Formats: sequence, structure tokens, C-alpha cells
Amino acid sequence: MEVPILKQGDFLIATIQAALTDADLLQLRTALVQQVVRARSKGVIVDVTSLDVMDSFASRTLRDLAHMIRLRGAETVIVGIQPEVAFAMVQLGLRLEDVATALDLEEGVAYLNQKFKSIR
Amino acid sequence: MARKMIHSGGSQIHEEYVGNIHNEPTSVLLRELVAHLRENRTQLREEWARRITEAQLLTAMTKEEIFAEATSVYDNYVEALETGTFEALQAYARNLSERIIPRGVETHEVVGIVLLLRDVLARSLFAKYQADFTKLNRILDAYEPAANRIANTVAVGFVQERERVIRQQQEAIRELSTPVLQVRERLLILPIIGVIDPQRARQLTEQLLRGIRTNRAKVVVIDITGVAAMDATVANHLVQTVEASRLLGATVIVTGLSPEIAQTIVNIGVDLGKMNTVGDLQGGIEQAERLLGYKVVPFEQATT
Repeated sequence: MEVPILKQGDFLIATIQAALTDADLLQLRTALVQQVVRARSKGVIVDVTSLDVMDSFASRTLRDLAHMIRLRGAETVIVGIQPEVAFAMVQLGLRLEDVATALDLEEGVAYLNQKFKSIR
Repeated sequence: MARKMIHSGGSQIHEEYVGNIHNEPTSVLLRELVAHLRENRTQLREEWARRITEAQLLTAMTKEEIFAEATSVYDNYVEALETGTFEALQAYARNLSERIIPRGVETHEVVGIVLLLRDVLARSLFAKYQADFTKLNRILDAYEPAANRIANTVAVGFVQERERVIRQQQEAIRELSTPVLQVRERLLILPIIGVIDPQRARQLTEQLLRGIRTNRAKVVVIDITGVAAMDATVANHLVQTVEASRLLGATVIVTGLSPEIAQTIVNIGVDLGKMNTVGDLQGGIEQAERLLGYKVVPFEQATT
């Protein structure tokens, strides 16, 4: 299932609707990394609210995604990780190092706005 | 046999039973017994209270209190013997336990006083029927099972009440042990006091993560001043909680780490770069306010 990517102002928003296969995740990564420069976006928000499992592949892909987006000159924030998912992740040692996270979409937007306000 | 009975009993009440003194059913014997106990109430009660003091039981209570309780226990005891029903006694035992458990009365004391009463009454029966051994035996046959059942009822009532109190307290501790408090918009504090075992640690994490979501918290201050020590498992769990909170987009500040806990955390080799620690709760809250963009100024300064 392809994840829709929406452009909203300076940001790209990708909302994951259902559990994704590894191929879907890679496809999402590729699409975002491509589009972020094409759309001249400053930030990318990946919403994982509806995910109730986050395995090692998914979290590694998200981390790589964030790092790649940074190399492409934008910021990534992962939003909507569920409490249970978060704790399961740290227990499995999946820490999303150096990746910004926020409570939900609204917080993610606020985080990015804050970030770019301080740069400007 | 009947003549002897009148002789040794001597009271008016006993004469009622003279007619069928042979092979009286237990109930008749018990009724006789009850009459005897009613008659000698004052003296037996005093004797009992004296023995309680002598045996140094119920030291948490004053002499007057012991006597007052002794009186009502005595009356309930006699009533239970008379009616053969234990509901009233059970209720009384529960009520008594409720009153004396908070005073620190121990199980052995309660069992001790009931057994003492049994002994005091048995002694008085010996004294009363010493001239008539068969009668004494039959009276004791009637008395002992009832007395034992009473002792049992009271002891079980006490222990049950105690267990109920313990259960209630455990429940209360479980509920109170991990309050997640909002001190400011988007700022939560989680004061932890006492020993953290793995179960409590799990519950704590769960409540905190849920609290972050429902209060939309951005900063959480976990204060562990009240925790003297924690083992490696729990320390690890704490670190995981900090990480999980970050995944929810909240920054965690840990305050009040004791030297021992600091050592534990260093020993398990946690990357301290990820842990935001401040010496005390005040410092933690101040830093949290800074992170949230608050600035606390005295009222005069703010108005001028």
C-alpha cells in the first residue's frame, strides 16, 4: 500500500495508514527523499499514529530516512508513536537515535516551525 | 446425683434443671453454664482483665480500655455460648479488630486473650464442680467445643480483618505510588518515593507514557530523591522510560539522583548524554520552565 505524501506549506506530510511491508517502507523512503528537494520543502513529517507495531526494520528505515533527509537539506520529525509502541521499541533497543519525535501532527508542525524560526 | 447437683450448684437457677439432671442434653448443660457465667460476671471479668495485664498482653491499650473491651468480649462470649450462634460474635470480633489493629495489637495477643478467657472460665468451672467429677466432665464436654469454636471465630475474624487491611493498604500504595502531576501547561512531574521493584517500575512507565499523551506534555521531571537505591534492572528500566518518553516527543529531566543510584547507572554503562539530570527538584522544574519558554520573575519586577 502506497503512503500518500501531502504538501502543506513548507512541509511534506506522510501519514502511514496501516501496517506496511518492508517494500512499502523503502518505497516511502525513496519517495520522500526525492520529493523533499523537488517540492523545496524544509521539513518532513512522518505520522505513525496508526501503527501498533514498530519492528527493527521499520525503525531503521525511519532513522535512515531522517538522516537522508537531513543530507538533502531538510528536517524530519516522526510523530504519533503510541506509548506501548514506544516502550516496546526501547526494550528492543530501537531508539531512533538523532531523530526528532513529537507527540502528534500538531506538535510536529510546531516543532518544525520553531526550528525554522530560530534559523531565520 | 440430682441431690449433689443442688448441693454444689446452690443457685436458684440450677434447681430448674434438677428434674432431668440425668443425661441432660448439651444445650441444658450450656444453659446452666451460661447462668453460672452471668452470675459471676463481675468477678470472672476482673480475674480475666488481671490475667491479661499479668501476661503483658494488649500493652498498646490502657487498663481502662482493656477492662471495657474485656467486658464486651465477655458478654459476647457468654451470648455465643448461650445462643450457639456465632454471627454476633463474628461481627463483634471484626469490629474489635478494626479498632485495635491500628493500635498495633498483634495476632498472638488476640489469640492469647481469648485463650486466657477460656482458661479463666474453665478454672471457675473446676472450682464450682470440683465436688462432682462426672458432672464437671459433662460440663466441660459441653463447654470445650463451644469455647474452642469461639476462640477460633475471634482469631479468624482478627486475621481476616488484618488481611483485609493489608490488602486495602497494598491497593492504596499501588494507586498512590505513581502520581503523574501536571504543574504547568505541558509540564509533568513524577515524584517517586520508596523502593521500586520491577512491577512498580513497569506500572510507573505505563502511567507516565499515558500521562504524556493525555496531558500533551513536552517536558517531564522525574524526581527520585525519595528512592534510596535501585538495582541494575530498575535503573535500566528508568533509562528505557526516558527513551520511550523521548519517542513520544517529551523531554525527560531526572532529578535527585542519589550517589548510590548514580553509581548503579554508571556501572550499567548507560550513555549519560541522553539522560538529562539536574541535582534537585527545584533545579529540574526551573530547567523545565526554561525549556518551555517560561520565565519566573518576582511580582514587583513583572509589574514595573
